[in-house]
Amino acid sequence: MIQINQLSKKYKGAEDFSVKELTLKVEEGQIYGLLGPNGAGKTTLISMLTSLLKPTSGSFSINGLNFKEHKNQLKQLMGIVPQEYALYPTLTAYENLYYFGSMYGIKSEILKKSINGHLDIMGLSKFANKKTATFSGGMKRRVNLIAGILHQPKVLFLDEPTVGVDVQSKNVIIDHLKLLNQQGTTIVYTSHHLNEAEIFCTRVAIIDRGEIVIKGIPSELIKNQTGANSLEDVFLAQTGKALRDYA
Amino acid sequence: MHKLWVSTYKEMLLLVRDLGGIAILFIMPILLLIVITLVQDSTFKTISDIKIPVLLVDNDKGEVSKNIIENLSESNSFEILQKSSEEQAKEAVFLGKYQLAIVIPENLSTSLQKKVDQNVEGILSKFGLEEDSLAVAKEVIPQKEVRLYFDPATQVSFKSSVKNGIEKMISKIETQSIYKAFQTELGDEDAEPIFETENFIAFKEILQTKNNEEIIPNSAQHNVPAWTLFAIFFIIVPLSINLVKEKNQGTFVRLRTQPVNYATVLSGKTIVYLGVCLIQFTLMLLVGIYLFPAMGLPGIDVSGKLLMLYIVALFSGLAAIGLGLLLGTIAKTQEQSAPFGSTLVVILAALGGVWVPVFVMPKFMQMISKISPMNWGLEAFYDVFLRNVGFVKILPEISLLLLFFLITIIIAIIYNRRKNAV
Repeated sequence: MIQINQLSKKYKGAEDFSVKELTLKVEEGQIYGLLGPNGAGKTTLISMLTSLLKPTSGSFSINGLNFKEHKNQLKQLMGIVPQEYALYPTLTAYENLYYFGSMYGIKSEILKKSINGHLDIMGLSKFANKKTATFSGGMKRRVNLIAGILHQPKVLFLDEPTVGVDVQSKNVIIDHLKLLNQQGTTIVYTSHHLNEAEIFCTRVAIIDRGEIVIKGIPSELIKNQTGANSLEDVFLAQTGKALRDYA
Repeated sequence: MHKLWVSTYKEMLLLVRDLGGIAILFIMPILLLIVITLVQDSTFKTISDIKIPVLLVDNDKGEVSKNIIENLSESNSFEILQKSSEEQAKEAVFLGKYQLAIVIPENLSTSLQKKVDQNVEGILSKFGLEEDSLAVAKEVIPQKEVRLYFDPATQVSFKSSVKNGIEKMISKIETQSIYKAFQTELGDEDAEPIFETENFIAFKEILQTKNNEEIIPNSAQHNVPAWTLFAIFFIIVPLSINLVKEKNQGTFVRLRTQPVNYATVLSGKTIVYLGVCLIQFTLMLLVGIYLFPAMGLPGIDVSGKLLMLYIVALFSGLAAIGLGLLLGTIAKTQEQSAPFGSTLVVILAALGGVWVPVFVMPKFMQMISKISPMNWGLEAFYDVFLRNVGFVKILPEISLLLLFFLITIIIAIIYNRRKNAV
C-alpha cells in the first residue's frame, strides 16, 4: 500500500536530517503507528507522504502512485487529519465539512448524507449549525477528523488525532477510526499516547532522530524487549530517558 | 465548477460573519470621500467663503498702501488685520499664529511717485515736450521693497500664489501711477482720462460642452473617482490578510492536500471581493449623487455614464484584487501583509496622481506613474467622468488593468506552485 524508500528530509539551515534514509512498508488494512519523542521526525514524515513537504532525497509510493505523476489521483485516495484544527472558526461545523467535502468533488446529496452520518456517530449532530469557534478542543478534534474522512479515503494519515482531548472524545475518535479501518481504510498515525497506540495499532515503528529504531507488532515488540511490560517500556529502552527539547 | 461555487460561497460566509470588517470596508471609504471633498471643496470654488487672516503693517500710510489694502480686501481671500510694528507681525507669523504678514515700507507712495515722475519727465524731454529740459541732477531714489513673512509651515503652492497675486497688484499700481503721471505732465489732469488703464489682453477659459451646456468640473467630480479608486485598492489589505489567515489557521494546509487547484481557491476570493469593490463603488456614487448636494457640496452627474463607470470600477477592482492575492500568497504573517499592503496602496495612489496631478510631477516620476495601475484606473475614471469620452477611449486603460490582474494572478499561482512543489 505505502512503500517508502530511503526517504530523507533536511530543512534549510538545519544541521541534521529530520528524516534520514527511512525505509518502511505499510500494508493495506493496517493501522500503522509512527511513535517517537518530540522532534523525532514523525510530522515531517507524514508531511512528506501527504505532499505538504518536498523530500530532500528518496522516494515513496502510495497504491503504486507517486505525487509527481499522479498528484490528483493520490489526493483523492488519501485523507489527512492534521495536528492543528484546520477549520474556519466563523463557519459552522456543517459549513466547514460541506466546504472541505466539496473540495474532494463529492456530489452535494451524497456529501450531505455523509456529513450528517459522521456528525451523528461523533455525537455532534446537535452542534452542526454552531460556529466551530465556540467548540471545545475535543469537539474541534472530532470535526477535524470528519473533514479528513468524508470522501472515504483508502489511506488516512492522522497527526496526533487525540492530542489535548478528554477521555470521552478520545474513545469516540478511536472507535470511529477502528470502524473506518474495518471498512477498508489503511491508517497511518502519529501519537505520543503509547497506551493508545499499543491497543489501537496493528504495527508500530519507533522513530528517533529521523531513523526507525525498531518496528513490528506491538505485542511482539514488548515480548522481545527484556523487562518490558508495555510499549512505553520498549519506547524508553529504545530511545532513552534523555529529554528531547528542541527549537 | 461546483468547487468554484462552494469556494465563493465559503468566502462570502467568512465575509458576512465579520460584521466589523464589513463596516470598515464600506463605511471608512465613504467617510474618507466625504472628509476629502469637504476639505478640498473650497479650492474649487471661484469665490471662497473662507478668508485667510493676514497681518499688515502700513509704514507708508499713503496712496499706494491704501491701494494695496483696498485690493487685498476686494480679493475676498484675505481678512486684513493691521499691526503697528514689523517685529510683532514677524513674531506672530513665525510662531504660526498667522499664515502671512505684509509690511509696506515707509514713503512707498512718495518714492513711487517721484520715480514715476522722474521717468515720465525723462521720456517727455526726449520728445521735446518738457518745458524745462535743462539737465538737473537726477535724485537717486532707492528701490523699495514690500516685505512678506510666511509661516514656515505654509505650503509652497500657497506662498507662490500669494506672491504672484501681490506682484500683479503692485505692477498694476505702478502702471496706473505711470499713466497718471503722463496725464498730469500733459496738463490734462482734470480732463477725461487719456489712457485706459484696464488690461487690453484678456483671457477666457473655454469649457467642454454637453447638450450646449458647459461642463464645469467641481471638487466632487475629481474626488469621487480618485478616492473611490483609493478605496477599491485598499481591498488589498483585507484580501491579503484573508489569505495569510488561511495559512495560519491550518485550513490552507488541508486545502493543499485536497484535489483542488490554487486557481479555484483564488477565483472564489476574486468573485467575492470583486462584489465588495462594486458595492463600495455604488455606495460612493450614491454619496456623490445624493449626500453631497444635501450637505451643500457639489453633486456628481452620472447620467449616460453609469455603465462605463461600472466597467472602469470592475477592471480597477480586478487589478486591486490581483495585487492583494499576490501579496497574500507571498506574505507569511499578517504583520507582513497589513502594513506592506496599506503602504503600497498609498504609494500607488501617490504615483497614480490621486493626490498630486501627474503633470506636475518630475519627468522621472511621470514615467513611473505610467506603470501604476491606479493611474490607469484614475485616467479611465476621469475620461468617463470629466472628459465624456466613449468606450473605445478607455479601452487601453481597462486592458492594462485586466493585464495587470492576469499577470499578478499568474505570478501568485506560479509562486505557490514552486513554494509547495513536491
